[in-house]
Amino acid sequence: MQITFYIAGAIAVLSTMMVITRFNIIHALLYLVVSFLALATVFFILGAPFAAALEIIIYAGAIVVLIIFVIMMLNLKAEAVDEEKRWLTPQVWIGPAILSIILLGELIYIISSMETTGSIAQMVDAKAVGKSLYGEYILGVELSGMLLMAGIVGAYHLGRQKKKVIHRFLEDVEE
Amino acid sequence: MKELLWLIPFLPFAGAFILITTGSRLSKKMVPVIGAGSVGLSALVTLLIGYNFISTSSASFHFTAWQWIDIAGLSPAFAFHLDPLSLIFIFVITFVGFLIHIYSAEFMADDDGYARFFAYLNLFVCSMLILVLADNLVLLYFGWEGVGLCSYLLIGFWYTEEKNGYAARKAFIVTRVGDTAMAIGLFMLFQNFHTLNIQEIAAQAPQLWVTGSNTALIIALLLLGGAVGKSAQLPLQTWLPDAMAGPSPVSALIHAATMVTAGVYLIARTHVIFELAPIAMLVVGIIGAATLVIAGFAALTQFDLKRVLAYSTISQIGYMFLALGVGAWSAAIFHFMIHAFFKALLFLAAGAVIMALHHEHDMFKMGGLKKKLPVIYWTFLIGAASLAALPIVTAGFYSKDQILWLTLAGENGNIWFFLMALLGAFVTSIYTFRMLFLTFFGKEKTHVSHVPGRGMNIPLLVLAGLSTLAGFIELPHSFGHLTIFSDFLSPVLPAVKVQEDFESIEWMIQLIAAGVAISGVYVAQMFYVIKPELSDELKSSAADLHKFWFSGWGFDGLYNFLFVRPFVFLASINKNDIIDKFYDGLVALANLFNRIFSFTQSGILRWYIMGIVIGGILLLSLGLING
Amino acid sequence: MNEVQTVSGLLLAGILFVLGLVGVLIRRNIIFMLVSVEIMLNAAGLAFIVAGSKWAEPDGQVMFIFILTMAASEVSVGLALILQIYHQLKTLDGDAANKMRG
Repeated sequence: MQITFYIAGAIAVLSTMMVITRFNIIHALLYLVVSFLALATVFFILGAPFAAALEIIIYAGAIVVLIIFVIMMLNLKAEAVDEEKRWLTPQVWIGPAILSIILLGELIYIISSMETTGSIAQMVDAKAVGKSLYGEYILGVELSGMLLMAGIVGAYHLGRQKKKVIHRFLEDVEE
Repeated sequence: MKELLWLIPFLPFAGAFILITTGSRLSKKMVPVIGAGSVGLSALVTLLIGYNFISTSSASFHFTAWQWIDIAGLSPAFAFHLDPLSLIFIFVITFVGFLIHIYSAEFMADDDGYARFFAYLNLFVCSMLILVLADNLVLLYFGWEGVGLCSYLLIGFWYTEEKNGYAARKAFIVTRVGDTAMAIGLFMLFQNFHTLNIQEIAAQAPQLWVTGSNTALIIALLLLGGAVGKSAQLPLQTWLPDAMAGPSPVSALIHAATMVTAGVYLIARTHVIFELAPIAMLVVGIIGAATLVIAGFAALTQFDLKRVLAYSTISQIGYMFLALGVGAWSAAIFHFMIHAFFKALLFLAAGAVIMALHHEHDMFKMGGLKKKLPVIYWTFLIGAASLAALPIVTAGFYSKDQILWLTLAGENGNIWFFLMALLGAFVTSIYTFRMLFLTFFGKEKTHVSHVPGRGMNIPLLVLAGLSTLAGFIELPHSFGHLTIFSDFLSPVLPAVKVQEDFESIEWMIQLIAAGVAISGVYVAQMFYVIKPELSDELKSSAADLHKFWFSGWGFDGLYNFLFVRPFVFLASINKNDIIDKFYDGLVALANLFNRIFSFTQSGILRWYIMGIVIGGILLLSLGLING
Repeated sequence: MNEVQTVSGLLLAGILFVLGLVGVLIRRNIIFMLVSVEIMLNAAGLAFIVAGSKWAEPDGQVMFIFILTMAASEVSVGLALILQIYHQLKTLDGDAANKMRG
């Protein structure tokens, strides 16, 4: 069990690193799917099969597909890759990388110095999750519903290709 | 009768008010009727009240119009106090003022600001009357500033020319120096007496101070400062020659007959304080003596007819100050009255001459006017004779002789004052007749374009009569011994005590004075009529001295160097206002912070995330260090 | 065994979170930034799952579901915004959208 956890974790970390370093966005998305699948495995090992299923369906499925749709709509060409190469120079990433490494070091230090009391990993199945979700967390579910609604309306409104209407005061400023 | 006292200043005020409010709509005939009429009525009321005053032999008339201010013990009323001193002043102001108004009706007829001129002139007469009638020093100061304002307005009457405005400002600012001193003097008086009522102060002063008291000295000197500024005495005399930029009637009324003698009035009015401060008296005398000589020499070199008269005015007021300084109060007032007559006459005649010659002021371009303008010639001659104090026939002789005599024989007199006065008399005689000879004798250099009419001639004739006859009301001891004037004034102004050993030589002094005056005329005739080339030779041989005197002994240059230029320099340093620098600094600081903070608003999303990350690291580190 | 898994699970979440953060920080392409944000949200979800697993309670998974919901709406709105930005600016450069700079 432990070995599978470490292998899945290593795959998740490596594929995530590949995601953030790719120049071609489709390659990056493929690595992202790998990363999500590896995480789904980790979830399963941790005794959360329902979450693992959702991870695959929604993240690896829906969200990645959505991004791919948008990329198709944008109709990016090969120049986009060269552009990415130009944008991702060492002087751009070194500073943030150092900062992030400091942050990571602190996180690792905190987590590894945690006092943990032993307990046995138990399977928490979909039924338990469902009971909890529609029992004590019913308010959260309703709020999530409203959030999704707002997301749909917002996405529709923002994504509409409407004729550009410029305020008369800004007419001269725009090209 | 004393109920009518308020009418005297009120009538000119009403005239001014009507002219200011409706002046532009009045017809050209109505303006002088109102302007001169109001002053004429005022003069009539003065006559009535004066007759009543003398016939009932009252000590004083008092009239309170209303309570003006009443605050913390200071309660000056709008109240008038008439005694012999102020009666003489209001008599001169209203009568000379009336004559000058009549003269102006013709003199100013072609001017656009006809109504404005009469409005200012009426306002001036009103202010001057308030000044001399005031029963307290606050009201006096009110009138004092009122005449200053009118003087400013009238000097700059032809304001379209820049130098006239400059002259007006100069007069206003220079007199302001003296006025400030006077205001401080008034504050100190109030501090000491808790009242500014003139009669109360006069009554209390001898009890409060002993003779020679320091406080009295300081107050007297501060009051003297005000008097010196208003009366154009050393060292604040520089404004008067420039004040000639105003119309001639203004010069006659304000800068010769009335306003400039306000200083004399002030000192005479507060003579009680001065008597308690002998040093201040001495200073008054020294200022008078120095001024009369300096101004006399400056008058010798001027080209401009009116400037000669201006310096002559300074010099004559110097005589009055000298008289005040030796305690010859009534002699000073007598000379004031006579001077008002003959100097107004001279100014009006000069104005007529200047008008007749197309506004030509330069005496060297005049000449030969004796035939063309006979009335003006004869009246000018009478005025000049009176100014030069030619013996027996002129009023000026009696008034000036009295001063000369008292500077030597009075108990405070001394030989130096007398010699200065004598020198001044000699110089006066020279410049007066230099002026006369240059203007009316010799060849005609400028064509006469305008012969003055009746409106101008009548005031000249009346004033010429007064300049001659007014002297006979006060005759010296050596002949006639008539003392109507000084007797009349004696309830207000104490008579001067004469040192006994001089009594016997009074006739000698008179002889010397007469001789000096006549020799002055002879010198002037020598230089300007018999051998005109002599004066040119003299001028070229002492060119520097001539220039020095011509510039009024360089006082303008000195003040320019001492005060004007440092002030302008400071002003130019402070052009951007040093105090504002502090606020500019605040603005700059705000701008700096704005730039710094707007730098963080780069609009680049990654910068903001970076900020969040750094904040997160800091928080975590803090937690780690503490925990 | 469990303890090791809890700690290493949280470590994995931390590593993935920081990787996502690095992605947001170093990429200029806004699609990459969005993807990196997804990774970070995912890492947060992982942390909840690990915690839920440790206590054997369903709450961790409930939280994961909420995060999932949020991520779904975020990605839809974010993609709509990306479309708009590309439409307006003709580029995917996130730095180009800096009209609001001070």
